Amino acid sequence: MKPRDERRFWLDRKENVDKVYWGVWLLCGLLLLVEPLVHKHADFAFAEWFGFDGWYGFVACVALVLAAKVLRLIVKRPENYYERD
Amino acid sequence: MSAIELSPAWLLLFGAGVAPFLRGRARSAWVVAVPLGGMIQLALLPAGEFGQVEFLGEQLLLLRVDRWSILFAFVFLIAALVSAIYSLHVRDRLEPAAGLAYAGAAIGAVLAGDLMTLFAFWELTAVTSVFLIWARRTDRAYRAGMRYIVIQLASGMLLLFGALQQLAATGSLRFDHLGLDAPGGLAIFVAFGIKCAFPLLHNWLQDAYPEATESGTVFLSAFTTKLAVYALARGYAGTDSLVWIGAVMTAFPIFYAVIENDLRRVLAYSLNNQLGFMVVGIGIGTELALNGTAAHAFSHILYKALLFMSMGAVLYRVGTVDGTELGGLYKSMPWTTGFCIVGAASISAFPLFSGFVSKSMILAAAGAEGLAITWLVLMFASAGVFHHSGIKIPYFAFFAHDSGKRCAEAPANMLVAMAVTAGLCIGIGVYPAPLYALLPFPVDYVPYTGGHVLAQLQLLAFSALAFSVLMRTGIYPPELRAVNLDSDWLYRGPAVAVTAAFASALGVVLAAGSRLTGRTIAALVAVCYRLAGEDGLMARTRPTGAIALWMAVLLGAYLVVYYL
Repeated sequence: MKPRDERRFWLDRKENVDKVYWGVWLLCGLLLLVEPLVHKHADFAFAEWFGFDGWYGFVACVALVLAAKVLRLIVKRPENYYERD
Repeated sequence: MSAIELSPAWLLLFGAGVAPFLRGRARSAWVVAVPLGGMIQLALLPAGEFGQVEFLGEQLLLLRVDRWSILFAFVFLIAALVSAIYSLHVRDRLEPAAGLAYAGAAIGAVLAGDLMTLFAFWELTAVTSVFLIWARRTDRAYRAGMRYIVIQLASGMLLLFGALQQLAATGSLRFDHLGLDAPGGLAIFVAFGIKCAFPLLHNWLQDAYPEATESGTVFLSAFTTKLAVYALARGYAGTDSLVWIGAVMTAFPIFYAVIENDLRRVLAYSLNNQLGFMVVGIGIGTELALNGTAAHAFSHILYKALLFMSMGAVLYRVGTVDGTELGGLYKSMPWTTGFCIVGAASISAFPLFSGFVSKSMILAAAGAEGLAITWLVLMFASAGVFHHSGIKIPYFAFFAHDSGKRCAEAPANMLVAMAVTAGLCIGIGVYPAPLYALLPFPVDYVPYTGGHVLAQLQLLAFSALAFSVLMRTGIYPPELRAVNLDSDWLYRGPAVAVTAAFASALGVVLAAGSRLTGRTIAALVAVCYRLAGEDGLMARTRPTGAIALWMAVLLGAYLVVYYL
């Protein structure tokens, strides 16, 4: 038997990575579908809008990544920046 | 004060003193037994105030045992225990001793009842912890350690300054609620703020922690910053400005975390972000908020240690934790991968993990006070922390593209430490009642309601979706080998340039001055030499007869003057 880390793993196959990707979409869809069954008891009226936590999380993460890309343009320096002399 | 009413700090400090003289199994047993002994000691301590001693005419209170100090001392002892187990493979004599002494100092500080005792232990945490950075024995770590110790000691000096102002104004050193308007209140606030990594005072943390040894960082992640959280909660609960300071702390570091390549530095940024949640809780200052801060500090110490342990294991086996170098390690280190995912789920506040039952109290407190903007910032930070700590850390280290690196699984002692910590993270998440029972105020909060669980799962699932979509579309910024400038640039860039310019200007002035004074001195020496040098006026030798003749002339003159 090959050592463990020489074996071929489930995630090594591209179609399985696709399954994970679409699985995340499916999970998000399910979490929206069950929302009418659960009352959210939020502290703010806007937090009770349909799917608020979902789309807020999505928008927050996309905004975070886009802003970080801009930040990188400003703060990125060569790896030896502090040791260059 | 009987023997039982002694701070567990002394046991740890004594243990640290003995540790370097032991070898092999004896030392391993010792460094694990000492924190366990400390736990027994803490459990036996009755609540109350002990160790009132007079020092230079002032009353000190060496040991104050109440709900705040017990909670922090207890979690510090747990952290010391798991960190000690994690570092059992280390052959260095100094490192485990420094870790125990550092833990002891932090425990002494949270159990201190007066500002002077707090100051002494405050400085001791700085002095002991720097050895965990220097133990890496690289030039880079040495310099990071120097920057770290200067900033830590500066925090201590501010604390001392404030404490003395407090003493002068009130005649007491007692450490209770201070507030910004108290005498010395602002100085102490800034002292705590430095150790708590307030915005712009924060960068010692991201600078130094990732430079320590793999077990050193685990120790470091637990004590210094949470000691500051404790001190802020004790001295500044309900201070309004802490709400926005904390909110900035939750949001600001996560942008850096997204683009940082060194995964332990990513964790240092997320540590900063988690401190922000605790600081917001202190600022709100209601019982629910302060309970949230205490609970979150407790669970945070454990999951943050667990995350640093998993990255430390990678560093130990692979030799790097740069995202650009890693990937696919789940094949070689399946257990470490699993423990890392538990830590990631806990920091992300997944239901059934520790972060869920503690962080939500702070969010609920913000909601109850109607702080809508703060609440939205905390929600943004919650999504962000899942994004960079929950997904990025395990993804880039263990999954992503296979880097082809193959290594052994982490050593057994590391796996045991990670297993214990992971067990606690899940235990707290599944059954939070014992943690809630330890909190400073009675708990009237139910984390597991259908609405709360669904809201949190939606937030996390859609954040994961955002990550997946950005990855698949190639929008997600790739890991790059680079340095990102942060506030440490001020003292590593311009400050160094200014100092260098100042030094060279000073050099020019001094050289000119010394040329000038050199000439003056040379002239002076020449005069002296003319007078007293070889054949000088004052140094000529004359025959004894001549002297006798001159003496006779002098005496004769004296006689003449006398009779006139």
